[in-house]
Amino acid sequence: EFRRFSLERSKPGKFEEFYGLLQHVHKIPNVDVLVGYTDIHGDLLPINNDDNYHKAVSTANPLLRIFIQRKEDADYSAFGTDTMTRKKNVLSNVLRPDNHKKKPHIVISMPQDFRPVSSIIDVDILPETHRRVRLYKYGTDKPLGFYIRDGSSVRVTPHGLEKVPGIFISRLVPGGLAQSTGLLAVNDEVLEVNGIEVSGKSLDQVTDMMIANSRNLIITVRPANQRNNVVRNSRTSGSSGQSTESSLPSSTPNILGNLLQGEEESDEEDIVIEDSGEPQQIPKAAPTSESIESLSQIELLHESTQNGFLPSSEMNSNHSAGSISLEYDVPDPGRKSLEEDGTIITL
Amino acid sequence: QTVEHGFPHQPSALGYSPFLRLMAIGTRSGAIKLYGAPGVEFMGLHEENNTVMQIHFIPDQCQLVTLLDDNSLHLWSLKQHGGASELREEHRFTLKGPPGSPPSATQITAVLPHSSREVLYLGTESGNIFVVELPSFRVLEDRTIGSEAVLQRVPEDNCNRRSCELVEALREHPKNPDQILIGYSRGLIVLWDLQNSQVTHHFLGSQQLENLYWQRDGSKFISCHYDGSYTQWPVSSDNRQPEPLENTVPYGPFPCKAISKIYWQTTKNGLPYIIFQGGMPRASYGDRHSISVIHGSQQTAFDFTSRVIDFFIIFSSEPTAEFDDPSAMVVLAEEELVVIDLKTAGWPAVHPPYLASLHCSAITCSHHVSNIPLKLWERIIGAGSKQNIHYSSMPWPIDGGTNIAPDPPQRDLLLTGHEDGTVRFWDASGVCLHLLYKLSTVRVFLTDADPNDNMNTLGEDEWPPLRKVGTFDPYSDDPRLGIQKIYLCKYSGYLAVAGTAGQVLVMELNDEDAEHVVDHAEADLLQDQEGYRWKGHEKLKTRDGPVRFEAGFQPFVLVQCQPPAVVTSLALHSEWKLVAFGTSHGFGLFDHQQKRLVFVKCTLHPSDQLALEGPLSRVKSLKKSLRQSFRRIRRSRVSSRKRRGGSGNASEVQEANAKFDQDTLQEMELAPVQRKIEARSAEDSFTGFVRTLYFADTFLRDSSRHCPSLWAGTNGGTVYAFCLRVPPAERRMDEPVRAEQAKEIQLMHRAPVVGILVLDGRSTPLPEPLEVAHDLSKSPDMQGSHQLLVVSEEQFKVFTLPKVSSKLKLKLTALEGCRVRKVTVANFGSCKTDDYTENDLAVLTNLGDIQIISLPFLKLQIRYPCIRKEDVSGIASCVFTKYGQGFYLISPSEFERFSLSTKWLVEPRCIVDMPEVTTNNHVHSKAGLENAARKS
Repeated sequence: EFRRFSLERSKPGKFEEFYGLLQHVHKIPNVDVLVGYTDIHGDLLPINNDDNYHKAVSTANPLLRIFIQRKEDADYSAFGTDTMTRKKNVLSNVLRPDNHKKKPHIVISMPQDFRPVSSIIDVDILPETHRRVRLYKYGTDKPLGFYIRDGSSVRVTPHGLEKVPGIFISRLVPGGLAQSTGLLAVNDEVLEVNGIEVSGKSLDQVTDMMIANSRNLIITVRPANQRNNVVRNSRTSGSSGQSTESSLPSSTPNILGNLLQGEEESDEEDIVIEDSGEPQQIPKAAPTSESIESLSQIELLHESTQNGFLPSSEMNSNHSAGSISLEYDVPDPGRKSLEEDGTIITL
Repeated sequence: QTVEHGFPHQPSALGYSPFLRLMAIGTRSGAIKLYGAPGVEFMGLHEENNTVMQIHFIPDQCQLVTLLDDNSLHLWSLKQHGGASELREEHRFTLKGPPGSPPSATQITAVLPHSSREVLYLGTESGNIFVVELPSFRVLEDRTIGSEAVLQRVPEDNCNRRSCELVEALREHPKNPDQILIGYSRGLIVLWDLQNSQVTHHFLGSQQLENLYWQRDGSKFISCHYDGSYTQWPVSSDNRQPEPLENTVPYGPFPCKAISKIYWQTTKNGLPYIIFQGGMPRASYGDRHSISVIHGSQQTAFDFTSRVIDFFIIFSSEPTAEFDDPSAMVVLAEEELVVIDLKTAGWPAVHPPYLASLHCSAITCSHHVSNIPLKLWERIIGAGSKQNIHYSSMPWPIDGGTNIAPDPPQRDLLLTGHEDGTVRFWDASGVCLHLLYKLSTVRVFLTDADPNDNMNTLGEDEWPPLRKVGTFDPYSDDPRLGIQKIYLCKYSGYLAVAGTAGQVLVMELNDEDAEHVVDHAEADLLQDQEGYRWKGHEKLKTRDGPVRFEAGFQPFVLVQCQPPAVVTSLALHSEWKLVAFGTSHGFGLFDHQQKRLVFVKCTLHPSDQLALEGPLSRVKSLKKSLRQSFRRIRRSRVSSRKRRGGSGNASEVQEANAKFDQDTLQEMELAPVQRKIEARSAEDSFTGFVRTLYFADTFLRDSSRHCPSLWAGTNGGTVYAFCLRVPPAERRMDEPVRAEQAKEIQLMHRAPVVGILVLDGRSTPLPEPLEVAHDLSKSPDMQGSHQLLVVSEEQFKVFTLPKVSSKLKLKLTALEGCRVRKVTVANFGSCKTDDYTENDLAVLTNLGDIQIISLPFLKLQIRYPCIRKEDVSGIASCVFTKYGQGFYLISPSEFERFSLSTKWLVEPRCIVDMPEVTTNNHVHSKAGLENAARKS
């Protein structure tokens, strides 16, 4: 079910009041619900306290999309980073939990409430001397904040030790993402960028590669300080039953583990604005269609002057390709609307 | 890489073979290029990359000898191989003196290939003349002409060791191959008998000698001197120490500069031609680069635009001919080749079919149009021929060799835009890049420079009788006139050009002169953005009232962008009669039929102060970090110190440069370059900079109706699409063109959008405007769904239309670390069958390699290294043709042509046959006598 109402942006009030309001609007006074919203990056984030409630209201632009799920059939994994894009269609996950008949995750805590800013990945397949770090970049929040330079490193080759050119981290910007992770340091040698070896590439090339991957940057480094390396006690200590074969340290870590997968999944989507309407993510062209089953969706229109009308009177025809329209429209009888299908609800 | 077009960069030597009728040019980078009849070209490169000092053809042979500045000699020959001639280096040789002798003992100053074709005479700084055998380069020591032997016959009082220092000139007697004339720099000239190894005559010149030249019958010769004089000397058997016949300082009486080379040419009518280089009055005209021609009472000092490297005269080389009867003078100046017709009254210049000075004003942009319809081609040639009436009608005099390349399959035009506001139209169909027509946009504007300034206001009694020749003129009156973008519609003859000060001109081809008013309109791209001040240049002032235009492309409308920032993108749709233009502030659409601005769109991010304020160059330098600017200051200090140290000697300068480079490198190591890693953001500077504009008739809003549309891509990764309503032809003037924004796509990686393309239902790129109307292309498929291809510097993305969903992508930068610099659709045909062609993307990256990427599936097909990645201007200058060829500048004056398609190859293929050698060995052609003046 959809509900659309307006809130005073300057005085959003407390979360409890808002929660009550939602229950009231949906006429579900005694049902426990999980409240989530899509932020500007398209992530589905929870609203469960005053802080994130205020954050959500302040980011509304001017529409704030709220998703409500019954607590008992909620899919916690729907929340978190890149959810809108990782799951090709977050709504389908929210809307059709039966599709994911997997056992619900055991909720130890609610780490999904937090956004990861970095992670060490592929520990099981990399040599212990290397570290593969993934930096999650969120819009303008924090700069990546590091610099790289040319340098030389010593390699063991069949002809003995040889000095070869390499790329090194030269500076970390205080307060930047790179520094805040604590996983990268000045003089760490950069070995790979998103799975591509940097050897033989110029500083400018590596710079361009890093910037091109800046939304989901995975860099493999040889830390200058080798004392904090992850030490694997035994081969079987690798997680989740990885085959021991793949956990053999390899000097040329070309096995990309989660890397390729991760890259594809978390790749940001472009945005399209049709006929001066709302910005939307550009969906993947896939011949699937979705339908709404148990959606409770509310669109909040802050200080709405438009009274529910979108600026454009033209019909959006974006239901065919795997996403669900969140737009509402008053069909203009004077114009032919096209590809209209059943998912449009007019308020 | 197939052929180089244009004028060789830094030429350093010239040679000519009257026997082969081929000309050779050497350069400071060690290249040697041979030119004959149009299409006959050869190129060679000395491994040493040293400056070519002298070039001498071996008489009656397909061979030539080059002298480099490292004192090495190289023998090159033209040999036939696989049906075509090739230029190859055969031998190399460095003259070595006896152990312990100073290097000057063997430093070659003059080279004389003897007409026997067996030996070379090598004059040296020490005054000795060495003889080497050809082709082995074996030194014939017993035939060395030492200074002692020479001085035996010279009177005591003129005789000291120093009089034989440095051989300036060696000239073989035109009738008697056993005699050679030797000129020493201090003025002594001797006639040496090779048979008896002794001096037969000696001539005591009082002035420092520069060069020598024989009269055709061998009864006299002429010498030219450092003080600007020349002297005629008789040679007769009765007087062994003749006095000069005549001594002249042509531009006296005040001190004159040296005459470095001189010709004496006899004619049937008795009056000789005296042709010499230099000799200008030192104080008033010492800076001129001149060659004077004196014929009876006629005298002209041709005044060249750049330093004269060398020159030669084409004259009758028939051994039986009694007179020289010169027909043409060929002058190699530093920046251009000038040929003067000496047979036609007034000595007009000859229009060269090749070696065009592309850089007569610096090239600012290029545009290539393939397969020009014959009608337009003829009209452009017609307009050009009216501009060329002052040229001589003489056929090109350097006509050796035979061009055996097949005729070019189609007519191609290369348009170059220049800094001085001109557009030059080049015939780029074949090996010879030939100027067809020159268009100037200057007339539309009021500039400070008086157009009459450069007129030849030479009075009758002007002395010296200077006459400007050549077209090289690198000084732009006003940099705002510079041409930045060109778009020519080959079907309609509409041309749009846009320039540095935001000016956009739309032109039409007119075969007649015309006088009319140029309409103009302003496009305020900042619209409602207020409170900003443009700190860049002002717009160009326009001329009021009607302006007279010569036949050719005549502007009829001027759209002036405000602020007058440089135009960064341009598109013309000749069928809809619309022109779109973009700057760093936004873009606009102009209806050139109704002469009405349809709309403007500001793309500027409000906080982008840098783009608002002014020209990119200035802002860019501001953007550089402090660290970098400090480094630059330090570097320039180092370099200026080094420069002062150099003493002008070329090798010393080179050494100094090398040292300086090393210093710079070391400096770099001390302060390592670092690069900031940061994601692009909407707040970056110049995100609004419009990089590409594209017209398409496609499905923008719904899949049942297609409509005209305009697409624009910005530096910040945004694509705007506007839906256009163009009234039907019959109401075209009555109803306005309307536009409405339909889509805006933001690429999240925010890299600059460098190309936009719509593929039709068959995944074929949409045809050009009017292409279908002229039956030259199939109609686009409007049944199947269209796709949109957006090329950013980092990625290729295919989206569906009209509903934008992403279909395919290819990430280039993320995987390879290179960025797209140029992209175009290239059509590749099969050599084997005529009925197979495919369209692919030809992409030039910032690393200088070219990648071919398939359409519509975006698969990398092949990759070639093409341009050195350090050659930034080469990469920036690259243009692709529609059929898989391309051009890029290898120097300011030369285009390298390359081909990605085996079907379309334009490369020289020619044959040089040995002409019949005359049996009379005594009276042979003067091939090889062109002893390049060492001091020229």
